[in-house]
Amino acid sequence: MPKITINGKEIEFEKGMTVLQACELADVEIPRFCYHEKLSIAGNCRMCLVEMEKSPKPIASCAMPATEGMNIKTNTTLVEKARKGVMEFLLANHPLDCPVCDQGGECDLQDQSLYYGVDKSRFVENKRYVKEKYMGPLIKTQMTRCIHCTRCVRFATEVAGVPEIGAIGRGENMEITTYLEKSMDSELSANVIDLCPVGALTSKPYAFEARPWELKKTESVDVMDAVGSNIRVDTYNWEVKRILPRLNNEINEEWISDKTRYSCDGLLKQRLDVPYIKKNNKLQKSNWDEAINLLVNKIHSVQPNEIAGHIGDMINMENALSFKKFFQLLKSENLEFREKNFYINSDEKMNYIFNSSIAGVEDADLILLVGTNPRHEASILNARIRKTFVQKKVPIFSIGNPGDLTYEYEIIGDSTEDIKKIVNKEHDFSQKLLCAKKPIIIIGESALELKSGGYIFEEIKKFLIKNNLINENWNGLNILVQNASTVGLLDLKILQGKNTKSSSFFDELKKRKFKLLYLLGSDNLEIQKNDEFIVYQGSHGDRGAEIADLILPSATYTEQYGLYENLEGRIQECKKASYPIGEALEDWKIFNRVIKTLGFKEKLPNFDELRKEVLVTVPNFSEINELPKKSPIKINNIETSFYNEKIFVRELDYYYTNSISRSSKTMSECRQIRQKVKKDGTNN
Amino acid sequence: MSLKKVHENQPKEFKFSDKNLKKVEEILKKYPEKNKKSAVMPLLYLAQRQNNNWIPLAAMKYIANYLAMPYISVYEVATFYTMYNLAPVGKHFIQVCTTTPCLLRGADKIVKLCKENISPNENEISKKGNCSWMEVECLGACVSAPMVQINDDYYEDLDEKSTKEILTSLINDKPLKPGSYRGRKNTSPEKNLINNGEKYA
Repeated sequence: MPKITINGKEIEFEKGMTVLQACELADVEIPRFCYHEKLSIAGNCRMCLVEMEKSPKPIASCAMPATEGMNIKTNTTLVEKARKGVMEFLLANHPLDCPVCDQGGECDLQDQSLYYGVDKSRFVENKRYVKEKYMGPLIKTQMTRCIHCTRCVRFATEVAGVPEIGAIGRGENMEITTYLEKSMDSELSANVIDLCPVGALTSKPYAFEARPWELKKTESVDVMDAVGSNIRVDTYNWEVKRILPRLNNEINEEWISDKTRYSCDGLLKQRLDVPYIKKNNKLQKSNWDEAINLLVNKIHSVQPNEIAGHIGDMINMENALSFKKFFQLLKSENLEFREKNFYINSDEKMNYIFNSSIAGVEDADLILLVGTNPRHEASILNARIRKTFVQKKVPIFSIGNPGDLTYEYEIIGDSTEDIKKIVNKEHDFSQKLLCAKKPIIIIGESALELKSGGYIFEEIKKFLIKNNLINENWNGLNILVQNASTVGLLDLKILQGKNTKSSSFFDELKKRKFKLLYLLGSDNLEIQKNDEFIVYQGSHGDRGAEIADLILPSATYTEQYGLYENLEGRIQECKKASYPIGEALEDWKIFNRVIKTLGFKEKLPNFDELRKEVLVTVPNFSEINELPKKSPIKINNIETSFYNEKIFVRELDYYYTNSISRSSKTMSECRQIRQKVKKDGTNN
Repeated sequence: MSLKKVHENQPKEFKFSDKNLKKVEEILKKYPEKNKKSAVMPLLYLAQRQNNNWIPLAAMKYIANYLAMPYISVYEVATFYTMYNLAPVGKHFIQVCTTTPCLLRGADKIVKLCKENISPNENEISKKGNCSWMEVECLGACVSAPMVQINDDYYEDLDEKSTKEILTSLINDKPLKPGSYRGRKNTSPEKNLINNGEKYA
């Protein structure tokens, strides 16, 4: 490896690195504004100037490729003077409004002017003023503070794939704006707030809410979709003030979706704080004893097979296990967690996870989407696909029309007939697929929901294994599930006995066989309420609570510890950042209380025991935060029936997918804007 | 010079005329297919020519779609370059050079006359006649300073008297001839300064 000398220390670096990256290897800090690891190099802030031997002028280290034998100095008077000079220019037009700026306390400009700047300004002229720009309901702008690093412009163009932000005008009149001040049409738009090194782009919902040093920071994971983005939850007392991304190159890199970030105000609204009982067709406040007694009486009054349970989209694994145990005691097998009846073969783990892993998408040389819209179903995954597309120009194909995905793709079919042709090698695409070395096939729930969902999955799997496209080194058969709880619940074998492959739960629900329906945080199940008794146990007064006869309040994902398994089968821990509101309890505590009142003598498990059991139960478990182990590949011949159907990508109401986002004011604002855009057309 | 603003009243549609479409094809031939967005500047110029010397938003969009570019990129280019007009200008569009050589030779007097005769502010269309004026940076004719550019023509070697005459002629829609107003031919020295028998410098 080539060598470079930095401050007299010789270090090795990888070819293709810049001087700035080499300096980081040598643990030398270089101040910077415009440079960002995940974005292209702009080299326009000049803050990273360093001295290079044989160069008469200091060089911008972020844009200078490191070469063998370079001698870089970062601690000389020349560098110090250069930094001071750059800082003075940056501050010439920057307002001194740190006391009223939301970035204060976590501002790159503030920090770096403290370390590298001068303590006073020689600039006596008027500072320039730039009008505020409208950038949608999420981004608050104060463009006078902008230092023109163009990180936001590069993010929008490169990562988000919506080139809508740009720098207009020139020289002193340069301004950053969206095209004609429209809001940014992206699910990742709010990441520009984190990228902005100054207070020009700040968070609108979080405006003037708190200072960063007052907040308690908890590192957790997100449950808005199945990606399991790593987040940091910032709380002020009970309130969750904001949610920020946490760097994890395996999953979300440095980004999170707008829903992850901004549905947190939904955690404060529409909350269920005490048990409610429906009396005279009206939900009335009650207390735990009365509520549990009512539930116990109901359980006694019906047969075990008339009791059914449905687990919602944001339930952690411990609570789900405790629910399963509760149902075992009740001797009921009617447990379900799917919102729509989609095909899942839970025999082995590779049948229901994203086998190639999210980071593995970057190795792919061909991507096929089958009935899925990753942009809405897993925005972060879509950003990864886009990254692969931009870097390697991988060909992307789709069966079914998902709409705008921020990258180019080719629609090669829209029916199950096309899949039949592909697996029988009659389709033009088959050859392309066979020629690929590392193909990725992403099957969405919209495809699996079809009558021939089983056919689609099993035949594609068979095809891939037969042609050695699934082998020890590569497995590109991916299922894209939509809910954070799905993979974990499959691993806990919630679907058991007769329920595994058949659709008996949904049939019986339709036939109104159930007398007692227990909804555990489940809001998206379609139920025609009749005379059955519905118990809703959850955190928000949403669709589930609307039809319930008995409401038991429980905690949300930020208010309890819990494990979630993301779509790759990676188990991650969600941590308690706040505590449940009012009389609300964690779900497992509620089950224990009910079991106790029912008179069972079994020893009731506490949380640690539940977690231990979860980790033992999960197949192929390796370690927390790690990908699951791989199991040997085998072909099971499962007979499935083929129906000729259209594959229709179900449109997801992106900002309204779960009870938390539906309670969030910010999310409904975003949704309104998106609907308006759809109505008026995107081009003004 | 401040940031150029787009005009409030925008035409709904813009399309290149058939004549211009042929020119566009010629322009696009100069660039490789994958870099066709390089043609954005000549295309904007064509659009400006076609649309009474200013570029409406519809034209930017049209060009963006034509070259498969994001709208904002075209918008960036159009706002960056000072010679693209984003709001309507007069039929007689007077650009007064106020960079150092012209200013030393009295460009400020020309600006004053423009303010008096055309409109008190830059980029305003005059009530009488169809004129507008603006200050611009060096137009590269320092040798015959002070000068103004009116539409495509240079009016050079001006003084207060000649400027006034030119402006009146514009307001009356009978523009005077371009060129030097001190009787010079192109940039050759004036008659009384020819020495050593040289005819031209």
